[in-house]
Amino acid sequence: MYEQISRNKWKSAALVGFFMAFIFLLVWFFEYVTGWGKGGLVLAVAVAMGTAAVGYYSSDKIVLTISRARPVAKEEFPYLYNVVEGLALAAGIPTPKCYVIEDTAPNAFAAGRKPETASICVTTGILEKLNRVELEGVIAHEMSHIKNYDVRLQTVVVVMAGIVALLSDWMMRSFMWGGGRRRGRGRDNAGGAEGILVLVGLALAILSPFIATIIQLAVSRKREFLADASSAQLTRYPAGLASALRKISADTEPLEAANKATAHLYIVNPLKNLKGGNSGLNRLFSTHPPIEERIAALEKM
Amino acid sequence: MGAFVLLLVIIAAVAIMAIGMYNSLVTLRNRCDNGWSQIDVQLRRRYDLIPNLVETVKGYAKHEREVFEKVTQARAAAVNAQTVKEHGQADNMLTGALKSLFAVAENYPELKANQNFLMLQEELAGTESKVAYARQFYNDTVMKFNMRQQVFPSSLIANMFGFKPREYYQIEDEIAKGPVKVQF
Repeated sequence: MYEQISRNKWKSAALVGFFMAFIFLLVWFFEYVTGWGKGGLVLAVAVAMGTAAVGYYSSDKIVLTISRARPVAKEEFPYLYNVVEGLALAAGIPTPKCYVIEDTAPNAFAAGRKPETASICVTTGILEKLNRVELEGVIAHEMSHIKNYDVRLQTVVVVMAGIVALLSDWMMRSFMWGGGRRRGRGRDNAGGAEGILVLVGLALAILSPFIATIIQLAVSRKREFLADASSAQLTRYPAGLASALRKISADTEPLEAANKATAHLYIVNPLKNLKGGNSGLNRLFSTHPPIEERIAALEKM
Repeated sequence: MGAFVLLLVIIAAVAIMAIGMYNSLVTLRNRCDNGWSQIDVQLRRRYDLIPNLVETVKGYAKHEREVFEKVTQARAAAVNAQTVKEHGQADNMLTGALKSLFAVAENYPELKANQNFLMLQEELAGTESKVAYARQFYNDTVMKFNMRQQVFPSSLIANMFGFKPREYYQIEDEIAKGPVKVQF
């Protein structure tokens, strides 16, 4: 378990490094193609980093607010608190704060950068529809996200993907009006090479948000499998989570408080009507692995 | 001169490794202590809930004296337990006694509708699962700690500084089976 956490931390670092290199490449093209010079560029990156920092430090509050979650006391939801406290003991981390969304659709997610400040959020629907062992499976899954620093990794990846999208957007705009000016100044080396570079830059600008999104989603799916496995390790009863997943995915009620930006956080994708079939493209762009595969993996444990 | 530097480097490397092993042993020992105190907190919480529960049930089922006595005795034994093993045994006895108490409660529909009783029942169920989870964490940590003391080369450090293996917190079935033999 501890090995897994350190591997996870290393992976986050590697991912950040990869994204940094990617962003650097984009920035280099950006500078080459537009005539903005260093000043504008530094400003752009500073803005991006600033946004990233705010997102990093307050992502949990933002997410909880837009999901219309409210903090609850132990007196109000003793059942939820008992389950959360028990699994926090099993995971050896401080008890996270509990939040509740008033919605009959069953779902849950975890937020917070580190175990000390983490929160677990569940819908009232999940409390009504699942029995104790099933709820324990779900809470253990969220507890694993917290314990494995998944939320931090996820936040970092989301922010990085955001920066890439932002940069590519700027690049596209600069192609519209900045590119011509630069060429007009005529301090190029060779016209042919320039043309190719511009083409490559254009291709990068168009493709990079997709690449970033695909990486982000691949990470998200991998973390879901891992959290399922860790959940089984915490409760020593994988059948509980399997049965919970089956119940949650069979439930047809939509979760109003969820949207595309927060969908990847939940234990089961709350935007079920958006889910297509099981084809390759759908899989590439989905935040969660197919429920059947997760249940099969749990049943094999 | 070159040989001297090499020797220094080797000594430094060995010292750093030894320090690392010592520190990880200390960390694990502290984690064991912490795990044990977590169990203790939950067990105490459980003992505190029981008198309340007995009083509530008595209000509805005065004639079930036997069950009340069994629970009270089991609780007293558990409170006075000293070693890890005694704790485990007393706790199993208490769990059995509580089971019969709740079985008795089943016969009194008014009691089952009592808000206070329902709350106590939830609290007790929650505390019991917390005890189980705390025990799981403690046992996992003990396993890591004991293993670290047995595998080479950290076993050398463990012997040198007198680290002692910890006892597992066992439950009923495991005690009946005898001590678990862990081989590496």
